[in-house]
Amino acid sequence: MILKGKCHLLGDDINTDYIIASKYRSMGLDFKGMAKHLLEDLDPNISNSIQKGDFLVAGRNFGCGSSREFAPRVILEAGISAILALSYARIFYRNSLNVGLRLLECDTRSIRNGDIIEIDLKTWTAKDLTQDLSIPIKPLPPFMIQILNDGGLVPHFKKWGGFHMIEGDRL
Amino acid sequence: MGKTISEKILSLHSGKEVQASDLALANVDLLMGHDWNTPLTIQVLKEMGVERIFDPKKAVFVIDHAVPSPNEKVSAMQRETEEFARKQGASLYLSGQGICHQLLPEQGHIKPGMLVVGCDSHTTTYGALNAFAIGVGSTDLAAALASGRIWLRVPETIKVIFKNRLPKGVYAKDLILNIIGRVTSEGANYMALEFGEDGVEEISMDGRFTMANMAVEMGAKAALFEVDSKTRDWLSRRISHSYEPISPDPDSHYAKVWEWDLSSLVPQVAKPHNVDNVVPVTEVEGTEVHQGILGTCTNGRVEDLKVAAEILKGRKVFSDFRLIVVPASKQVLMEAMRDGILETLLEAGALIIPPGCGPCHGASSGVPGDGENVISTANRNFRGRMGNNKASIYLASPATVAASAIKGKITDPRNYLG
Repeated sequence: MILKGKCHLLGDDINTDYIIASKYRSMGLDFKGMAKHLLEDLDPNISNSIQKGDFLVAGRNFGCGSSREFAPRVILEAGISAILALSYARIFYRNSLNVGLRLLECDTRSIRNGDIIEIDLKTWTAKDLTQDLSIPIKPLPPFMIQILNDGGLVPHFKKWGGFHMIEGDRL
Repeated sequence: MGKTISEKILSLHSGKEVQASDLALANVDLLMGHDWNTPLTIQVLKEMGVERIFDPKKAVFVIDHAVPSPNEKVSAMQRETEEFARKQGASLYLSGQGICHQLLPEQGHIKPGMLVVGCDSHTTTYGALNAFAIGVGSTDLAAALASGRIWLRVPETIKVIFKNRLPKGVYAKDLILNIIGRVTSEGANYMALEFGEDGVEEISMDGRFTMANMAVEMGAKAALFEVDSKTRDWLSRRISHSYEPISPDPDSHYAKVWEWDLSSLVPQVAKPHNVDNVVPVTEVEGTEVHQGILGTCTNGRVEDLKVAAEILKGRKVFSDFRLIVVPASKQVLMEAMRDGILETLLEAGALIIPPGCGPCHGASSGVPGDGENVISTANRNFRGRMGNNKASIYLASPATVAASAIKGKITDPRNYLG
């Protein structure tokens, strides 16, 4: 599977309050409406500049803070196809997997804002086409790939009638 | 090789011997959801086609995130959560009973050795009672409610050892802020913290809840305290049934060992806008502050209110300062009332609001004004966290908040403790 899009560069410790503030929780399950407020406390213009298929690129500990699952859902709704970061906070990592948002772990330090990147999920490489760079991505364990390929945890549950673990899987 | 507390609890709950980095499919003892995240869980259960949760006796729902409801949309979310809990026959705590992280231990839902899954990042709090308690999102909660199970990576463990005692005016909150500042916001990412017998006996139960609560601010998956006489005494007043404390094996393997000398610690403050931006109070002393928050799931217990009341007794909150007190539960509120703590706080000029999450996450009352500085006992100081991205939040202990309330400036509480 190949993903291609423009990079929106963010820093370290992007917390879920920044991704979507708690006060917008009262919008119920209107993730499309919430997507207009994506990352607004950091950059009020970012949601307007995102085009379908784009990537968020960040440093360390992306998604730290609250367990709100609206965070990855709103990112997906805004049109982001994957996130590239040095590392992720664990609850956000699980939530993203469950809702089918791809989190890719790689060395993002040379990526610049606006670079065009092509991601090959078969070879686990990100090609920065703007800078002609090739960046290896840490492969995911088989059972996570299974959940992502099923489209998230809900379709995974429906397909397998529960958790479909792959014996001997380690992380 | 021996096992850590986490490895033991997860082995017992997954029916096989597991160790760090193994994947476990574990049976859950208790599940928790609150008004802010449960409506999405209900939606996910519908999508899964699940009508009945696996065991209503193992599920608890709490209305705490905006109480009483500030608008009709929040009312609808709370109503939906309440109706779901009732229909399923699960435990339900309504508005004003308290914050989930206070209620579950206080009402006897938590015991040592349990595996608890809560739809809130600060679920780590229950580790103070030797439970492996983790925060998850709405879909994970739905899957666990449906199946009674959750997949987990068995975490590596960091052993934390304390030497000596905390000096006067320095509290568990200062200790955990100091640890987070030193190790950073991802210093324990994906790992469990284990607080052993060494040095822990000096830390009160309320202090242990504060520390386990904030473990997630350094990325920890769980924070486990060993059971000692303080734990047993605390539990004896809340649960009647027996329990089996889980201790680590003497030859268990730790990814890291952190040693902390408590005797040299001073009061700490986390500056805006990250929890790991921690400095000694002396470095920010004199910074003007306009609002104080005393309470929340981090520091809204009786001991916290008492420490603040001792400092505020016979004194007044600064004329241009709002001190908002949010007790962690109704039981805490009533105990504080009986002990005269509330009277002292009110006489000093504090404003008391209903037990709940209060102003911490900016979705109901107590939103600070533009350009204002807040000093808070809560656990997060992200920009916009309290509902206004033009305000700044400093995190500190109840004592530091009380001392700062008197001056309207960040103040070292040791100045008020003879």
